[in-house]
Amino acid sequence: MRSPRHPTIPASEITSPELFRQRRRFIRLAGAAGLAVAFPSATAGAKLEASRPEAYRLAEELTPLESVTRYNNFYEFGTDKESPARNAGSLKTRPWTVAVEGAVRKPKVFDLDDLLKLAALEERIYRLRCVEAWSMVIPWVGYPLAELLKRAEPTGNAKFVEFITLHDPAQMPGQRSSVLEWPYREGLRIDEAMHPLALLTFGMYGEVLPNQNGAPVRIVVPWKYGFKSAKSIVRIRLLEQLPTTSWMQAGPREYGFYANVNPAVDHPRWSQAKERRIGEFFKRPTLPFNGYAEQVASLYSGMDLEKFF
Amino acid sequence: MIKAAVFAAALIPLVKLVTHGILGQLGANPIERITHTTGWWTLAFLLLSLAITPLRRLTGWAWWVRLRRMLGLYAFFYACLHFLTYLVLDQFFDWPAIVKDVAKRPYVTVGFAGFLLLVPLAVTSTDAMIRRLGGRRWRLLHRAVYLIAMAGVLHFAWLVKKDLTRPATFGAWLALLLGIRLVYWMRGLARSRALARSG
Repeated sequence: MRSPRHPTIPASEITSPELFRQRRRFIRLAGAAGLAVAFPSATAGAKLEASRPEAYRLAEELTPLESVTRYNNFYEFGTDKESPARNAGSLKTRPWTVAVEGAVRKPKVFDLDDLLKLAALEERIYRLRCVEAWSMVIPWVGYPLAELLKRAEPTGNAKFVEFITLHDPAQMPGQRSSVLEWPYREGLRIDEAMHPLALLTFGMYGEVLPNQNGAPVRIVVPWKYGFKSAKSIVRIRLLEQLPTTSWMQAGPREYGFYANVNPAVDHPRWSQAKERRIGEFFKRPTLPFNGYAEQVASLYSGMDLEKFF
Repeated sequence: MIKAAVFAAALIPLVKLVTHGILGQLGANPIERITHTTGWWTLAFLLLSLAITPLRRLTGWAWWVRLRRMLGLYAFFYACLHFLTYLVLDQFFDWPAIVKDVAKRPYVTVGFAGFLLLVPLAVTSTDAMIRRLGGRRWRLLHRAVYLIAMAGVLHFAWLVKKDLTRPATFGAWLALLLGIRLVYWMRGLARSRALARSG
């Protein structure tokens, strides 16, 4: 009887290591080529197909793409507005994974390509209001963050969601400076994260996100100041306790956990009553919840918004 | 000759702003760019004017002093542009908002105070005014520039969101320039004490 542990295979049947590697390379290349056809999404500027639901159109003029890509707060690439456009080329957006973990029944590490296929992409035009009192109007491409969170099945203990940006000073030269505590961390309450307006975002202006805008995946939370919308996310943690964010650490008196756009509550050092829409001369009044009060104000009923700023 | 060259060089930041403005190259937020640029050069010229006395002492060349008035007036010139940018482009004469800003925002308060303090120095910068005031009183008045420069650095430090690199750099230069004065002043004090003892 032949032992199954020692199968006798004629030497002629054994693939040489060299040939084996050649075949592997061929398979990999073919796979990549196939993927490139199916998902032309590996690099910034590639087109992203998306539906355009009427509910998320906006009768406001879009901010020119050039302004959106050249005027960024993304300290991982420097603190000047022009630095990210200059420095973000060093960010490698493939391969990329996002881990969803913590208080969930099904923790999982998602490959970016799987994440792109998880739900139907939509184009949504949102206002973006920076805590520095300027604003933009941007057509994002993504799907509700809730789609992803639901798949991980948050447990009853999941009260908060934390978003963690990539930490790699080799790719993100701004992280060599200690201007913030790295990695960049942001957070939402679970009901905020599950709100249909909270968008898991892969593109803008019909194309894959440019690196300086948070590629390859970020969130967009349009009723909050821009810094809440974490960019280049690698980890999403569901937590029982309120997470301390990078900006809360940087200035606890100035940057609260909620950071809802609120013209009635000033930043300790400057007014939030008005904003300058990029491209416009006159300032315009800032709207409560950045104009999304109808959809989100109920999340905060009974809360003192001056205390929970 | 040197004076003419410095005069022309000091106008370069303004010429660049204007040409970039005409060509539409001031970036996504031109008003912010103009505000930051004119503010930066105000501080730069304040520090340059404060560098004259240390330079004179360290090099022993008296002619540095001939540049001082021009540098000081350029600081005032860029401060005026900075203030006008705020008044016209940023706030567009929204007086209630401006009054609230000056009263409530420490960085605006201290910046505005520094600007107001610069006015009498600019007004008394002519030879005739120096004669009218007398050298002693004139020098006393113009020591206000120390306060003005500190106000300028504080104004900058209080307005940046998080990255203090630039205001801290201005602050370090200011500390150096004032520190050199302090050293010379203490040496002078020691010398006069020694003279008093021996005499």
